[in-house]
Amino acid sequence: MSGFEGVVDVLKVTVLDVLPIIAVLVGFQVLVLRRRIANLSRVILGFVYVVVGLALFLQGLEQALFPLGKTMAAQLSDLDFISGAGRELLETVRWQDYLWVYCFAFCIGFATTVAEPALIAVSLKAEEVSGGTIGVSGLRLSVALGVAIGLALGTWRIVIGAPLEYFIMAGYVLVMVQTIFAPRVMIALAYDSGGVTTSTVTVPLVAALGLGLATSVPGRSPMLDGFGLIAFASLCPIISVLAYSQISQWYAQRYRLSSGAE
Amino acid sequence: MTGQLRFFAQTMLGSLRDLAPIFLVIGVFQLLVLKQPLPNGFELLIGAILVIIGLTLFVMGLELGLFPIGEAMAHDFARKGSLFWLMLFGFCLGFGTTVAEPALIAVAREAATVAADGGLIASDEMAQQRYAGGLRLSVAFSVGLAIMVGVLRIVFGWPVHYLIIGGYLGVVIMTRFAPPEIIGVAYDSGGVTTSTITVPLVAALGVGLASSIKGRNPVVDGFGLIAFASLTPIIFVLGYGMLMS
Repeated sequence: MSGFEGVVDVLKVTVLDVLPIIAVLVGFQVLVLRRRIANLSRVILGFVYVVVGLALFLQGLEQALFPLGKTMAAQLSDLDFISGAGRELLETVRWQDYLWVYCFAFCIGFATTVAEPALIAVSLKAEEVSGGTIGVSGLRLSVALGVAIGLALGTWRIVIGAPLEYFIMAGYVLVMVQTIFAPRVMIALAYDSGGVTTSTVTVPLVAALGLGLATSVPGRSPMLDGFGLIAFASLCPIISVLAYSQISQWYAQRYRLSSGAE
Repeated sequence: MTGQLRFFAQTMLGSLRDLAPIFLVIGVFQLLVLKQPLPNGFELLIGAILVIIGLTLFVMGLELGLFPIGEAMAHDFARKGSLFWLMLFGFCLGFGTTVAEPALIAVAREAATVAADGGLIASDEMAQQRYAGGLRLSVAFSVGLAIMVGVLRIVFGWPVHYLIIGGYLGVVIMTRFAPPEIIGVAYDSGGVTTSTITVPLVAALGVGLASSIKGRNPVVDGFGLIAFASLTPIIFVLGYGMLMS
């Protein structure tokens, strides 16, 4: 069965991926720290779960979601679909013609971020150390919304062909301004959320989308314009998480003011 | 044993909820927008089941293995009190996890092709491989450096935003001087370096360190390592592009 062989292959790759990490951990544990790890068998079991789980997860994505998602990304940005079936190909395309592409980018960005294992890990940790004041779902939803907006913006940029730098610089300026006003507790977490959003689930689909779009839009080169979507997907969540923390702070203050007045 | 089973069932329910949006989006777009049937339904079903079980096992493994080991090692390093070993550990963890990262290998190869097309390097196989290898090493080095600096920051309690905003300014200035072909690759490389296994480990390390050092708040000071690890590769790839041109 091809699915089973696929799992074995992916398992090999995942084990290879984990080996350097284990080497570093074991090396320092044995040579430098020289302390016995508590619950060693549980920890080893945990590592086995992580490696097997990740391998199954990747194989499942490879088998079910990626082929479909990639074909869809290519089809949605295809000129035949843009011009409408049965009609003749449009001579020039306007950016409005790609409405479904932005819509797809938004939805798939949101959906894949919610399923991103690294983000699940960080939000679990955040809820644990904050004693529950930073909720798992609030954080994850705002990160997902950030990625969704980022990808919609990023696809729009590819269609209109504006330079990537301008968008990223504007985003940096926005982050700097927000940092001044956002509550200090959330700043590090917000910065972190930029890095965790783009790993196993989001990157392959997003790369396919960018490449498909840059190939199909007249006048874009896949080499120069296909890149940059991941940059949007890592910058926008920082903005959205900072915004989320500002809004919840503002609400909390208003609530306190109104309840204090009574 | 029943406890384990209940844990598994609970985690599985969470995974189902996390994965539902993807299935929904793909289904709706395929059936309603593109108006095409779902191809090979059986393969799809098997794949979906694999994804759900895989995510469930991963999340269980986080709680059992990755989080405890990351925190235990952070506590032990803090008790040992040697800054040198802690920094070396941070560097090795960052470098070791990044240099073999499949996503990075793919990005480095693409970057070499882009550079060859742009005439920055010779277009033969050898030159491209050397370029890609150098890029990978510099990114891995930058991530090692990032974790090292991030650990120092937790120990001394520097505010995270000064370092990050300083890094942003560096990126802005370097963008003006870097060859245009490398810019897209550089910005993307920040996002792909942090893998799914590194992130929980590094998060646990930061939080464990911040909670075992007096005067540090685990929320304020514990996070931020991943942010460094996604910023320094941008700077190093831009720098690499400038050096090689």
